[in-house]
Amino acid sequence: MERDLLEWIGIVPLLPLIGAAVLMLFGRRIGAPLAGWIATALMGLAFLWSLVMLVAILSLPENARSVTSVAFTWIQVDQLQIDFGFLADPLSITWILLVTGVGSLIFLYSIGYMRGDPNFSRFFAYMSLFAGSMLLLVTGSSYLLTFLGWEGVGLCSYLLIAFWFERSSAAIAGKKAFITNRVGDVGFLIAMFILIKEFGTLDYGATGAAASSASSTIVTAVALLLLLAAVGKSAQIPLFPWLTDAMEGPTPVSALIHAATMVTAGVYLIARAHPFFDASGDGLEVVAWVGVLTALLAGGAALLQPDIKRVLAYSTISQLGYMFLALGVKAYTAAVFMVLMHAFFKGCLFLGAGSVIHGNAENQDIRIMGRFRRFLPYTAIGMTIAWLAIAGVPPFAGFWAKDEILESAFIAGDYGIWVLGLLAAIFTGLYMTRLIQLVFYGNERFRDDSPAVTADALPAVSGGSDDDAGGAGGSDAGGAGSLDAAVDPADMPDALGYDPDFLPTVDFTEPTPRASRLHGHDPHESPVIMLIPILVLATLSIFGGLINLPLKGLDFLDQFLEPVFRGVTQPAPDSFAEGLSLEGIAVVLALIGIGIGLLLYRKGLRNAAKDPIVDHTGNLAPVLGHAYYVDDAQAAFFDGPGRATAEFLDEDVDQKVIDGGVNGMARLVRGAGGGLRHAQDGLVRRYALGILLGAVAILLFLLVYVGR
Amino acid sequence: MTVFLFFTFAALTLTGALGVVLSRNPVHSALWLVLTLVSVAVLFLLQDAQLLAAVQVIVYAGAIVVLFIFVIMLLGVDRRETLTEHLPFQRPIAIALGAIALAEVLFLAGHQWATGAKTVSGVPIKGGGDFGNNIQRVARVLFTDFLWPFQLTAVLLVIAVVGSVALAKRSGERPEGPQTDTRGARETSEGESVP
Amino acid sequence: MGPIIGALEITPSYYLVLAAMLFTIGTVGVLVRRNVIVMFMGVELMLNAVNLTFVAFAKALNDIAGQVLVFFTLVVAAAEVAVGLAIIVAIFRRRRGATADDLKVLEG
Repeated sequence: MERDLLEWIGIVPLLPLIGAAVLMLFGRRIGAPLAGWIATALMGLAFLWSLVMLVAILSLPENARSVTSVAFTWIQVDQLQIDFGFLADPLSITWILLVTGVGSLIFLYSIGYMRGDPNFSRFFAYMSLFAGSMLLLVTGSSYLLTFLGWEGVGLCSYLLIAFWFERSSAAIAGKKAFITNRVGDVGFLIAMFILIKEFGTLDYGATGAAASSASSTIVTAVALLLLLAAVGKSAQIPLFPWLTDAMEGPTPVSALIHAATMVTAGVYLIARAHPFFDASGDGLEVVAWVGVLTALLAGGAALLQPDIKRVLAYSTISQLGYMFLALGVKAYTAAVFMVLMHAFFKGCLFLGAGSVIHGNAENQDIRIMGRFRRFLPYTAIGMTIAWLAIAGVPPFAGFWAKDEILESAFIAGDYGIWVLGLLAAIFTGLYMTRLIQLVFYGNERFRDDSPAVTADALPAVSGGSDDDAGGAGGSDAGGAGSLDAAVDPADMPDALGYDPDFLPTVDFTEPTPRASRLHGHDPHESPVIMLIPILVLATLSIFGGLINLPLKGLDFLDQFLEPVFRGVTQPAPDSFAEGLSLEGIAVVLALIGIGIGLLLYRKGLRNAAKDPIVDHTGNLAPVLGHAYYVDDAQAAFFDGPGRATAEFLDEDVDQKVIDGGVNGMARLVRGAGGGLRHAQDGLVRRYALGILLGAVAILLFLLVYVGR
Repeated sequence: MTVFLFFTFAALTLTGALGVVLSRNPVHSALWLVLTLVSVAVLFLLQDAQLLAAVQVIVYAGAIVVLFIFVIMLLGVDRRETLTEHLPFQRPIAIALGAIALAEVLFLAGHQWATGAKTVSGVPIKGGGDFGNNIQRVARVLFTDFLWPFQLTAVLLVIAVVGSVALAKRSGERPEGPQTDTRGARETSEGESVP
Repeated sequence: MGPIIGALEITPSYYLVLAAMLFTIGTVGVLVRRNVIVMFMGVELMLNAVNLTFVAFAKALNDIAGQVLVFFTLVVAAAEVAVGLAIIVAIFRRRRGATADDLKVLEG
């Protein structure tokens, strides 16, 4: 009975996809806020069904917890058969619970956040489509199904980042996200090709079983290619700039897609493909190092961001690095654990940031916030809790997860990785403390007459997507100048990249985003519908760790996921004492980070234009702020050699050769026709000559052939 | 005797033909044509085709050529044609092709045909195998074996007559009938004069 | 000269040769002359050559059908001349002194 139930796991992705279809076709007629409630209700139903799936699978014996169901045979060519099938096992069920649960909360929040937007129903259509794709990704029974969802979430990410596409920076960011993802997708595709060629199947079960007996080059190749795909989707080095620019999208999008779900697809993929990574020691090495370097470097960049969402974006990249680190040391369940916890507290942080932005007249620069605790009390509570969680303070959720990861690194013997991971943990504590202090505590810097704010431009420490002059500035409100709303938008300097013609489709009774200040109003708290999800996620951030405590019998998640990772020896402490001491080190470091942060920012900023970290890092500040100019380097590369190649292909290959060939064909025909046309001159005598010629020829033929 | 006649009238035929083609005045061409046609008639006679010889003279030389001359005079195209050839290479090619065609035909005539039948050189001319004279023989075959084509030619002639009348008529011409006087008609019916 | 010429026998082939030459002259006449009526006369020459051929074969194969065919050819030629000249009259009403080269409305 339970097995039969589990075969219906396909309903989970189906529900939001139905919602997407309905909203796309009838969204305009349905209108706000009903469209939002429909989408949320469907997500809620999907969550309930996921719970049913959970109960069903728990009632199965441990060694039977994998149910594959086939909807139909999708591809049948020669020996290759790929079914449109679903896989219900602990890993997929974990993920669907995550996506539908956190997703429902975020959908609920969005009903409040997107109020007044003329494209309300389109938003929910896209969000539902995204949810459906993501769920398809994690419930697919073969790489191809997962790829289908993979592409779908990539598409929706583009659609949602560029939701306010009238703003050129948003449109550019959307394009960048999609194209960067595509680079990763190439890896996915080639990996699938190799799998088909070597194993003749893309099914998870079959490939997994065959992985151990395949040659090590094949296995490593597949592993590295899948890693490339994961790097693109999860914004690891070097394919991460799209995530920071993705902050152009509405905040719920950032919360759902770029914190809790889509970016974890890379982690999911590697976890699913773990037989290949297990068999390829080199592959795992690369994964671990990519992860830890990303964690460290992104953490460093987060220290200097003045935009609230960008701090969180870099933080996400950094935390994803931790997850990859875990995967790289074979601590698969630790990675999954981190995914869950991260979803809780990062989701909470993003939703809270959205609340702050809404209450602050769309202004996003933390240098001119301060003491918002007074005005947004509930948001402050939620974000403070999430802050403690992410920094790794016990007994909040993040501590257990991050600790397990670092522990695993140490036990696996990768001490270099372990040290760097600890360093990144300090950074995490530091930048998050900075963020929370500057926003909610410290001094008030948002008043027109606040002594902390100078009339001059706040320096541009970090940049947005600078590759397009029209779109520079991104979501960075701290770009040069422009924060004084007394300035007419039309007069704003170009350095900000603000184009008066491009305005987002928000309610025009509210001041233009990022370009105005409060002018006598106080920041205001958000409506209840937005606060509930924040507080729910905050609660989960407190108690979430309970699902996997490192004590015998209490490690529920580990036990739950055991059938998936059977055969893998995941790092575990030899003795309780060893574990405890490692945990202790992690706690100490987290507290160090928080301590430095408090030291520097407890009182806020004396001068909004002078940030202590910026001062202390001196010349390094722009480098860190611009994320080591990786984005700029990529942009320059594509603008330089990339553009040259494209122009070459366009002019020399496309226009001259291909068009030339096609047009040349036409010219040839026309020329031939024009030439032959002259045979039809209307002159009877010429025609008669032709007839005679023909007759002579026939006679000649007769003579030659018949006369023989 | 036959030989002498043959060569004489063969020569006349060819001379007439060349005259037709080479004369610059169309009327002269018509006259040369008459010579050709009459010579051919004589050649028919030499081959025991008496009826045909007569018909040739009456119809061809007597009617067709006369028609030609009528039309030439009617249209006034009796002007001398200019000597220059406007179409490039027309003359050389025409003459060359003509010569080649002639050569081919002569060559074919001397050898076996595609049908396998030998040519008729060497068969002496006989003087009629069936009973009756030429006219009778032709008539007998014409009205029995060839009756159907005979009737069709009759139809053809009718068509030709009607066709030529229709084609040569001046366009836009209405048949001249009694003048229809509308003014008069109205007067008589209404009893008053209409201005 | 008498005996030599007397010894020569005029076989139908002679007539065939003559007919072929007549035909060629007619053809070249059609191709070379521009005056429409003279071209027509060339066609008449060709028809006559054909008639000559038929009669020669009628004689050779002793089959009267050859002469009957000439009969029909004659009739058709007459009809053709009538209609053809009517057409020429119709055309030339508009354009005096037109030649075959001027009548090229149907050009490509």
